[in-house]
Amino acid sequence: MKGMTLIVKKTTQLIAGLVFLYGIYIIIHGHLTPGGGFAGGVIISGSFILLILANGSDFMNLSKEESGSTMYENLSILVVTFLAVSGMLFGAKIFFLNWLPKGTVGELVSAGMLPLYNIFVGIEVAASILTIFLALIIYKEEISE
Amino acid sequence: MEIAISIITGLMIIGALFAIHAKDLLSAVIACGIVGYGLVICFLLLKAPDLAIVQIVVETISLIIMVAVVLDSSREEPYSKPDPQGYVTAVTAAFLAIVLFYFFRTALGTLDVFGESTLRMAGPYIEGATQKTGSANLVTGVVFDFRGYDTLGEATVLVTAVLGVLTILRIKGKK
Repeated sequence: MKGMTLIVKKTTQLIAGLVFLYGIYIIIHGHLTPGGGFAGGVIISGSFILLILANGSDFMNLSKEESGSTMYENLSILVVTFLAVSGMLFGAKIFFLNWLPKGTVGELVSAGMLPLYNIFVGIEVAASILTIFLALIIYKEEISE
Repeated sequence: MEIAISIITGLMIIGALFAIHAKDLLSAVIACGIVGYGLVICFLLLKAPDLAIVQIVVETISLIIMVAVVLDSSREEPYSKPDPQGYVTAVTAAFLAIVLFYFFRTALGTLDVFGESTLRMAGPYIEGATQKTGSANLVTGVVFDFRGYDTLGEATVLVTAVLGVLTILRIKGKK
């Protein structure tokens, strides 16, 4: 797939970093403000999709990137499962036990396990949507040659 | 607020009908976007910003992917001959529409007034959820603490979808 014009390339290079940072903000503040792992993950994958669509996949030499992103996705869903089970280490027979200290409501580091769940679900959503997009793009490259 | 939601819902129905009947595939895709963004405005009017954020981002990305696909393939819808047995389909559709309309009219009488329904489970979730979970955002507290199983299921559905895509779209097929 070929890229777009120089104006579009420069504008996306300026904007994609801001979009990425906004996704991280949405994920980290998921337990304080609207948003969370799912919304922030889709925003992060959107910044990558913006760059790939503007620059074209042959400029970025994409060949096997989806094997890396699917590894991150599977690892993060594994970490979410381990975090859910981790409450059972202390003898409580409860799945999804919130065993970390809660802290004061409204601060950034509070709410126990919920920010950790948000972060890993965010990584998982971002990696899986990026994997689907990369699989579509790279497969089309192979066919057209 | 009900009038605004009714107007937006009517716009969404018109957009969906136009998307079915449009000759140009690009305008059909953009008419599909009316449905998604109308839903975003409905979520905002009903005070659900979490859902609105997710809906607006997912709608934008799926529209971008569909526009890229349409621009790289053909913009014209391929011509198909009219079905000789189309009247059977039309009669079945009309019958189903009449039956569904009748039962919807019957069921509407038993519903509560819009926006004033009292859910039995809503009270225990809202009362003291901030102290129980320590989260200022009630939605995150419900999603990751009270309903953790549901969230794990959603994330697993996404992983399974990616595995299916990678299996179907692999470069070298097995014989």
